[in-house]
Amino acid sequence: MSFPWARHYEPKNPVMQWVDSRLPLPRFVYNAIGAGYPVPRNLNYFWNFGVLAGLALVVQIVTGIVLAMHFHSSAAGAFESINGTIMRDVNAGWFLRFAHANGASMFLLVIYIHIFRGLYYGSYKAPREMVWLIGVVIFLLVMATAFMGYVLPWGQMSFWGAQVITGFFSAIPVVGEWIRVWLLGGYAPDDAALNRFFSLHYLLPFVIAGAVILHIWALHIPGSGNPTGVEVKGEQDTVPFHPYYTAKDGFGVGIFMILFSTLIFFYPDLLGHPDNYIPANPLSTPAHIVPEWYFWPFYAILRAFTADFIIPAKLWGVVAMFGSIILLFFLPWLDKSPVRSANFRPGYRIAFWILVLDVLVLGYCGGSAATPAVVIVSQICAAYYFAHFLIVVPIISRLERPKPLPNSITEAVLGDHGGSRMTETALRA
Amino acid sequence: MATLEDGVSPNQTVVPPGDVIEDARRRDYLKIAAVSVAGVGAGVAVLPLINSMNPSADVLALSTTELDLSAIEPGMAIKASFRKQPLFVRNLTPAEIAEADKVPVSSLRDPQTLEDRTKEGKTNWLITLGVCTHLGCVPLGAGEGENRGPFGGYFCPCHGSAYDTAGRIRQGPAPTNLQVPDYAFTSDTVVVVG
Repeated sequence: MSFPWARHYEPKNPVMQWVDSRLPLPRFVYNAIGAGYPVPRNLNYFWNFGVLAGLALVVQIVTGIVLAMHFHSSAAGAFESINGTIMRDVNAGWFLRFAHANGASMFLLVIYIHIFRGLYYGSYKAPREMVWLIGVVIFLLVMATAFMGYVLPWGQMSFWGAQVITGFFSAIPVVGEWIRVWLLGGYAPDDAALNRFFSLHYLLPFVIAGAVILHIWALHIPGSGNPTGVEVKGEQDTVPFHPYYTAKDGFGVGIFMILFSTLIFFYPDLLGHPDNYIPANPLSTPAHIVPEWYFWPFYAILRAFTADFIIPAKLWGVVAMFGSIILLFFLPWLDKSPVRSANFRPGYRIAFWILVLDVLVLGYCGGSAATPAVVIVSQICAAYYFAHFLIVVPIISRLERPKPLPNSITEAVLGDHGGSRMTETALRA
Repeated sequence: MATLEDGVSPNQTVVPPGDVIEDARRRDYLKIAAVSVAGVGAGVAVLPLINSMNPSADVLALSTTELDLSAIEPGMAIKASFRKQPLFVRNLTPAEIAEADKVPVSSLRDPQTLEDRTKEGKTNWLITLGVCTHLGCVPLGAGEGENRGPFGGYFCPCHGSAYDTAGRIRQGPAPTNLQVPDYAFTSDTVVVVG
């Protein structure tokens, strides 16, 4: 769908006319990310992050395909093929490897900002629930892919990460241990596990690409949201995606590339862990096992459960960790406020920033050794994380008195305060 | 589900209406039967795919390990490998045995006596997997000079689980005792694990 005033694809070039009349793929692209897609005129830079996430996915797929040409997926050869062959012998191998490893961090960084953008501006609300739901699925797929990719270098953190993460499944009552052995294809991570992780690590990005197409498709039914949260009312509220937002996204891509290049060329190991330069040793555990930074908040939630309560502490930890993401699927129905943007929701806006702080503290705890103080802080923050979604947001959405909304996007942009302002009651009507 | 077929026009008087419905039901039966059989077939075809991910024969072939214990003095422990997992073999001193025996079993998270976890007449040989039952790290305590934790057995550095001299969980997040694999003494000093 599109707005009635969306531009129509009219190819001038006879070749494109010929193609379009037989397979309307150029038309499809034109309507999706070209001038045929009208977008609210007031998007700020936080709306760049969807395109940036797509760019990061492409970077990961391209560098990954080339790296796979040089990688040996065996417990005996994986470490050497990356740290020896790729890093030292393959032409530009070091660049590809650092681009891929840091590309994962850039991807997750962009995704987190994209998710928090959605939380702040109420992007998950009707009529965009499906966009949000598919987005959470993509988030889960990206985390699974990133985890399996981190195992492939077969260093100490790779090995023990695989051991700990597959150990989660042994928390499941009765069949847990059987599931763990089945997932690993053995009793401890070894060739079988490494090879299947490699196979899935190659497959999942294409599954993600498919889910991204669904994500964009679902977005284009109602059209993009915007910082005011007020729906598009007419042609004056929108501009064509191309050239307006391709240009704005292009600027964002430049900033992204500066940060990405700085990591690759100056701090390639900043976000990695030194222990992963030690080959995997199944008989010796590193003193302090930590996942990559983007898993820290969830790792902190996992470790926050230390006492048995009806079910064992270990199972609580695993349930809570997965639950903290599954919870996001229910957000569109937990937040009943009809006002989308936190700019007009004074109560929710405060709760949002507390949540940001809470997740940052959880991240800090997840990256630290589990001392008693860290565990207590993790417990408080994990409890607040769940309380935010299950208690704070539903209550705020009932009690809060939103600020008056602008009549239209155009009015908000041009600062024209003439005429009556739409109140919450009017919006509900 | 029951539908009249397109080919049957209302004016067709050759077939009485009751038989038309009868015919449609037969067709439904065929559809349901065919789709069910195909569905079962597709389901069965998934089984070898799932089964292929179970441990393969070469992995299972490593499932027994033979160990000579003659060099292990009382108070010493060794790390061996069983199914590519660390295996702890420990020769307990009389003091360690006494310490394990004096703990009331009912106070344990995973109640077992030292006798339950060792072979008759070989109570001093504690053979367990060196895999923390929390998330699979290798506990410290089998190597010389390693931290044996507050209960003198093993101590997992990852999340602080402490095991006693019988390899039983006493403190920390691990839910069960260190696993005792199947093993048998083939002579006084030789043990076959698995």
